[in-house]
Amino acid sequence: MEKVMAFTGDEIAAEAMRQINPDVLAAYPITPQTETVQKFSEFVAEGRVSTDMIRVESEHSAMSACVGAAAAGARAMTATSANGLALMWEIIYIAASYRLPIVMPVVNRALSGPINIHCDHSDSMGARDSGWIQLYSENCQEVYDNLIQALPIGEDRNVLLPVMVCFDGFIISHGTEGVAVLEDKVARNFIGEFKNIHSLLDIDNPVTYGPLDLFDYYFEHKRQQVEAMEKAPEVVKKVGKQFGELTGRFYGLLEDYHLQDADLVVIAAGSTAGTVKATVDELREEGVRAGLLKIRTFRPFPQKEIIQKLSKAKAVAVMDRSASFGAIGGPIFLEVRSALFEEQKKPLVISYIYGLGGRDTGINQIKQVYHDLAKAAQSGKVSQLVNYLGVRE
Amino acid sequence: MAQITEICWHGRAGQGAKTAALMLAEAGLKEGKYIQGFPEYGPEREGAPIRAYTRMSTQPIRRHCQVTSPAAVVVLDDSLLDVVDVTAGLLDKGFILVNTTKSSEEIGKKVGWKKSQVYAVNATGISLDILKRNLPNMPMLGALVAATQLIKLDTLMDSIKKKFEKKFGSQIVEGNIKAIKKAYEEVESQ
Repeated sequence: MEKVMAFTGDEIAAEAMRQINPDVLAAYPITPQTETVQKFSEFVAEGRVSTDMIRVESEHSAMSACVGAAAAGARAMTATSANGLALMWEIIYIAASYRLPIVMPVVNRALSGPINIHCDHSDSMGARDSGWIQLYSENCQEVYDNLIQALPIGEDRNVLLPVMVCFDGFIISHGTEGVAVLEDKVARNFIGEFKNIHSLLDIDNPVTYGPLDLFDYYFEHKRQQVEAMEKAPEVVKKVGKQFGELTGRFYGLLEDYHLQDADLVVIAAGSTAGTVKATVDELREEGVRAGLLKIRTFRPFPQKEIIQKLSKAKAVAVMDRSASFGAIGGPIFLEVRSALFEEQKKPLVISYIYGLGGRDTGINQIKQVYHDLAKAAQSGKVSQLVNYLGVRE
Repeated sequence: MAQITEICWHGRAGQGAKTAALMLAEAGLKEGKYIQGFPEYGPEREGAPIRAYTRMSTQPIRRHCQVTSPAAVVVLDDSLLDVVDVTAGLLDKGFILVNTTKSSEEIGKKVGWKKSQVYAVNATGISLDILKRNLPNMPMLGALVAATQLIKLDTLMDSIKKKFEKKFGSQIVEGNIKAIKKAYEEVESQ
């Protein structure tokens, strides 16, 4: 039923978008997202999609156009990276608060300055409080799978939230891998139809989007947004299971790799999770009880599952591909550590900031992390809480 | 643990190192192998040294880091030998393939690598002769396949036909195929 073909991350994102065939795509080019929209524009030119493609003059306008289209009842998409996402900032909060299930590939790239086109997660991590669901992808296959699942997740009546599908700039966006792709009609059947139940154009049932909302109701609306995000994990799991039944590739909030009996656990999101798996394979051959816990959804944050998955671990390293200046460690670390606070029996948790601006993170460096974890587990003490992996000091 | 064959491509931006690295990966996929092909971009300007990588295995490839210990190194421009340490990390049994008018002895001496593991191919000459343009990446793909036998030559030629025929027309594709074969035969005879 599926066909395996070679795609780069950007190409497979475009291929998924071709199958999704959104009503509206509004986008502005930015490295390393460019090839996604370039490829999609070819599909528009060839008439292979019926999408109304809007070439806007900035990302601020791209997201504004998506908000307008989605409020009118259309399925709207865009794609961006780094400074492009930063320029959308004002509008991404609005998209989430209007409960518009816009789906957006975010090709992770370092934010300026100094200017850098390579991968880190500073762009999407900065948007973690914007109200968007965030799915992180390890490889090209997951870019496809996450995009196909993003629509039924975001458009679920209990959720109605926009979704970012994040994947690592250049490492994934410009790297070719084999990807199993569903037949068009199977993919489209899985995605389903979108019906906005509060369409701005439904004049028989008039609604308003974005009126002034002061101390009388703003708080209640925010509380509802929190509620929607709290309902998202069940929907992510339900859709992930349905997708698995269709393809054999099952998805949840997290993925674990040799975690069952692992004393030493690394937590990571994105392409480096794959490098951690390769490291675990090598360490297991040496008899080290190493494991990986991969974050797929950072928003909603899977607190309950993380506590359960880490119940047997002795020492845990949380790898963050972004810095949170002035905080104690990276964003994923902060939340993992906080999640474990109430637990009677909890592992030692150490923060590692790595790979900023595309700095390569190889197997030997990750082995060093496991080595540090082994030392911590043995002594019962963390010698350095926040570490910078592969930086010149 | 499954062995992964890793190849490092050195070129100057515009010579097609990235295309070659990805093309080889795509052809490997056609033979049912697990593949990765990816570039390493620096400053994006024509003529700047760039690298690209190919990984191939019979098992899933999970790592997403640079290639640091390649089994083969392909150099698309011999002027890079003065500026890049091309043999860095090259496996002991690995070999190096250089697009050059010099002999494999001369190249071996220059890079400090055993003569028996150095292939010198005049890919630029082949390309100018057949395609009337200096596009060394396709003949170097043929040379690499001859040296590694990583995939079948037929698979490579088929993939190239399928990928480029529509875009560039059959005349250009046939030229490329001819150049690939020529370089393949040159390496086979070395």
